[in-house]
Amino acid sequence: MRLTLERRTQAGIWASLASPTLAVVLTLVFGALLFSLIGIPPLAALTVYFLSPLADLWALEELTVKAAPLILIALGLAPCYLSNNWNIGAEGQLVMGAVAGSAVAIATHGQGHGSYIVWLMLAAGVLGGAAYGLIPAVLKARFGVSEILTSLMLVYVADLLLDYLVRGPWRDPKGFNFPTSVSFGFEARLPGLSETGRLHPGFFLMLLAVALLAFMLARTLKGFEIRLVGEAPRAARFGGFDDKRLTLFVFALSGALAGLAGIIEVAGPIGNLQPTISPGYGFTAIIVAFLGRLNPFGILIAGFFLALTFIGGENAQIALRLPLDVTRVFQGLLLFFVLACDTLILYRLRVTREGAPA
Amino acid sequence: MTGVGTQDSGDQPLLAASAISKRYGSLLANDAIDLVIRPGEIHALLGENGAGKSTLVKILYGLIAPDSGQIMWRGAPLVLSGPAEARHHGIAMVFQHFSLFDTLSVVENVALALPPEPLAALSERVYRVSRDYGLDLEPGREVWRLSVGERQRIEIVRCLMQNPKLLILDEPTSVLSPTETSGLFRTLEAIRGEGRSVLYISHKLEEVRVLCRSATVLRHGRKVASCDPSRESAASLARMMVGEDIHDVQVKPHRGDGAERLGVRQLNRASPDPHGTSLADVSFSVRAGEIVGIAGVAGNGQDELFSALSGEVSSLPEAVCIDGQAVGAKGIVARREYGAAFIPEERLGHGAAPGFTLSENVLVSQHGKQGFVRRGVLDRSALRDCLAAIRQRFDVRAGEADPPARALSGGNLQKFIVGRDIMGAPRLVIVAQPTWGVDAGAAAFLRQSLVDLAEQGAAVLVISQDLDELFELSDRIAVLSRGRLSPALPRGQQTRESIGLMMGEAMREVAHAPHA
Amino acid sequence: MMIFEAILLTIITAATPLLLAAIGEVVVERSGVLNLGVEGMMIMGAASGFAVAILTGSSLLGVMAGLFAGMAMSLLFAALVLGLAANQVASGLALTIFGLGLSGLVGFPFVGAKREAMAHLYLPYLSDLPFFGRVIFGQDPLVYIAFALVVAVALIISRTRAGLILRAVGENHHSAHALGHNVRQVRLLAILFGGACAGLAGAYLSLVYTPFWTPGMTAGRGWIALAIVVFASWRAGRAVIGAYIFGGVSILQLHAQGFGLGVPAQALAALPYLTTIIVLFALSRLPRGSSRAPACLGQPFLPAR
Repeated sequence: MRLTLERRTQAGIWASLASPTLAVVLTLVFGALLFSLIGIPPLAALTVYFLSPLADLWALEELTVKAAPLILIALGLAPCYLSNNWNIGAEGQLVMGAVAGSAVAIATHGQGHGSYIVWLMLAAGVLGGAAYGLIPAVLKARFGVSEILTSLMLVYVADLLLDYLVRGPWRDPKGFNFPTSVSFGFEARLPGLSETGRLHPGFFLMLLAVALLAFMLARTLKGFEIRLVGEAPRAARFGGFDDKRLTLFVFALSGALAGLAGIIEVAGPIGNLQPTISPGYGFTAIIVAFLGRLNPFGILIAGFFLALTFIGGENAQIALRLPLDVTRVFQGLLLFFVLACDTLILYRLRVTREGAPA
Repeated sequence: MTGVGTQDSGDQPLLAASAISKRYGSLLANDAIDLVIRPGEIHALLGENGAGKSTLVKILYGLIAPDSGQIMWRGAPLVLSGPAEARHHGIAMVFQHFSLFDTLSVVENVALALPPEPLAALSERVYRVSRDYGLDLEPGREVWRLSVGERQRIEIVRCLMQNPKLLILDEPTSVLSPTETSGLFRTLEAIRGEGRSVLYISHKLEEVRVLCRSATVLRHGRKVASCDPSRESAASLARMMVGEDIHDVQVKPHRGDGAERLGVRQLNRASPDPHGTSLADVSFSVRAGEIVGIAGVAGNGQDELFSALSGEVSSLPEAVCIDGQAVGAKGIVARREYGAAFIPEERLGHGAAPGFTLSENVLVSQHGKQGFVRRGVLDRSALRDCLAAIRQRFDVRAGEADPPARALSGGNLQKFIVGRDIMGAPRLVIVAQPTWGVDAGAAAFLRQSLVDLAEQGAAVLVISQDLDELFELSDRIAVLSRGRLSPALPRGQQTRESIGLMMGEAMREVAHAPHA
Repeated sequence: MMIFEAILLTIITAATPLLLAAIGEVVVERSGVLNLGVEGMMIMGAASGFAVAILTGSSLLGVMAGLFAGMAMSLLFAALVLGLAANQVASGLALTIFGLGLSGLVGFPFVGAKREAMAHLYLPYLSDLPFFGRVIFGQDPLVYIAFALVVAVALIISRTRAGLILRAVGENHHSAHALGHNVRQVRLLAILFGGACAGLAGAYLSLVYTPFWTPGMTAGRGWIALAIVVFASWRAGRAVIGAYIFGGVSILQLHAQGFGLGVPAQALAALPYLTTIIVLFALSRLPRGSSRAPACLGQPFLPAR
């Protein structure tokens, strides 16, 4: 007996829905096993992780706050991965977007500007993220340098730059030596849209981005080009599409969306620049992108699910005294299972007898 | 077949396969096939592309497990778990697509197929064996430096060093020049003279009639006949293979006094791939209403020439002219706007994206045409209409209305691609290997389409390794070898031998070139 | 002389984990597999190695634990990319994310624990030689193991049949399969070796380099090891040069920070990462000769049967 994989000529729609679902179920089962292994009642733990964040209005709002950056970034990663451009440095692009946007806020701080400042900040964030994303793209398109390594290395560089800024030139002089910038003024903050003030316009920007990306990928020539370059690069060249220019385009787009996520975080929930502004959204978004099968609507759902793990992780830290690393374990497991289940979409598992039957 | 195993007579078959079946999804690739090979014979396995020859030999070599059926080897049942076991029993195989490692040396390539042995001693043996069989090889050279013919010699030497009782060759002459082919036949006779058997897979009837005294003919996955090819005519063998008479392509003689459509002047192109072939001073022209053929053995610059003409790779502006316009520096989309159409050799992955539906594949080369894209947005219904028109006019058969490209058979996919790119009545068509791997019916249809295009006034350039095809279609034929192109002479002034000589000319150059 | 010798000693300590991880990845990539999970395997090696060393009091057992933790992680990766033909880039990322999380759990009880760095081997007399005596003959055992591995891997790849098969599988897996070599088995062994090396590298960090456990302590070294493999053109010997360049940069920037050159500490700390980018860029400007990646690198293999 042996298991063999046979390529399907066409993936069934049921399979592209079933595989992420199966991956989530398997993650929960393995998570439960892991909890019982370290001596924590598995059901209670899973409840804290995956149900408590849905328990009340405040929690639901918090969910939107966490989901928005994850989904924004993953939306940008999808065209990258569809076209075989492995941008894994979204975390750095997020940071640079936040830095660029905050530069506007800090430069205009206390000068009595109107609320157009926050829009300028968003624009600066988009540009900052896109510019940072273009570095590995240019290195790849012009010089053939692996974008995987360079985009990741730039994450560390961005983190260090942020650290330098908030401890050095941008430190709040009245901040008791804490490594943070000034608290942004009213004109430099995204307005709260609910009583708790947690829900902010960034959430609706994210929904808009989902709709735009879905339209672009499914209905436009650009979307076609993106999918074609990934599926058959030689056919794309035969079609007259320039894969190098496309690399620049998808990296810039992905950097722009990550930068937007970064400045939304700073101008929204956080309110000033700090040494750490993201709990690893840029990396978790990679999982969101794959769990959502690189489809904008899939990413929308997947983003909410992974946002759960962030809030669940914080809750578990308080309620169960579990380190935040459990969240990462969950996320890693989930990506494992997503990739494993994807095989079921592309291939058919077949059981064959060893050798030739007589 | 029962009872054979207990006999110990002189004419016991070396190999007797009975009722071999293999199914891929809905396709029955092998349907209860019987095959008997006797010791010391060169046995032909004849059949069209897609008749199931490759599947059958892969089963005999242990690469694929059959769904049912039995193989008797020297009188005893044989069940193969893989190629290693087949080789252990004395079955060796030379593939159509070589299983060589470009960055390794000849002797390292041989070593990988043999039990462990010091490389120095092995080099000595490789040298001896290659000399004994007239297969000139240098053990120390890296494979990527060698010509296709030399690579095939490595494969054959590698098999012979395993002292096989049965040597399987899959379409060995498809990559050889006529001179190299006769060299191969001498080697095969020498192998047969030692009492070994050869299973010779081919669809070239003349070769089989010269070389083989027994043959098994397959059609649509079934065995339809066994015969002695030397007692058959090419026509009778063809009828067995195809099952019907294929109507000949209607070619009217003497065309090509129209205006120059494609002009190529001193096209030079250093290959970016260190393993590729560079084009050197290639010059020729194609006029309206004529078909020009470019012959040559694979790997002599065909891919490089096609991509330079199509604009996938750019050159000096004046090196390529369409209708007198210098387009060498322009891309493929601009060249299409000048009325050119291109049909590459490789269908899946180059001409079409395997996972995309046919209507999406229309867009691959036609997105510049009016009506499919408006302000960057796709018009999917226009694409579907276009697909329906192509399918009707070019008889593209598929199960669904809009299946993914990889679901189509080779012939139907090629009809789709050719249809897609010539629907708009192009003034210049450049096509590489138009009927490679296509069944006879589709091949005749495709050739007729090219002839019709020329009759309607288009200039057609056909790059092909198939000399029969070129002689059937072309008004003029040139030979590409080692990146250099011979003058294109009218068909009437050339013979297979003269063309073969031009191919061979280059081969001798290679043999005498200083070894870098 | 004293300070020079001290700097040299610390450079060796900084370069050794990079060298160990890179040499493992050279073998993995030569087999045609791209395992981007080096960081994840390395940090699991660091956490498990430190935990076991604390619990048993034995450095040797700690090192072994690190090695096996790396192998266990690589087995997960192998199951995905060999068993299920999953995308290698994404699977490597998954391994890194998972490893960073799981190492946090494993190491959680040991945060703040301290133990002595692993003892050095002092070869009698030789290590008392002036100048380079201590540098060459007074290192911890893993430094010697790392160099022994480089020599062994270089010889095996270029001189032995096993190495020939490894190269063949990485160059053309379909041909290797057609010749009867077991592609997936070769790759499994290569991946396990890579995992062991990365685990060893991690154990070196927590048992020799620091020596303590702190979450995320690999700080991108796994990724730098991947860059070293590119730098080394997939050759074991050249990985030594790469590892010592990067080890040197990371130590010199620490010393530069100590001297207070007026350059922000963060700019110096970014040097190893910037160096990686600059080196990869510079390599791309060199003429392409022998620096070709294995032809099947990153491609999934599925035999048709």
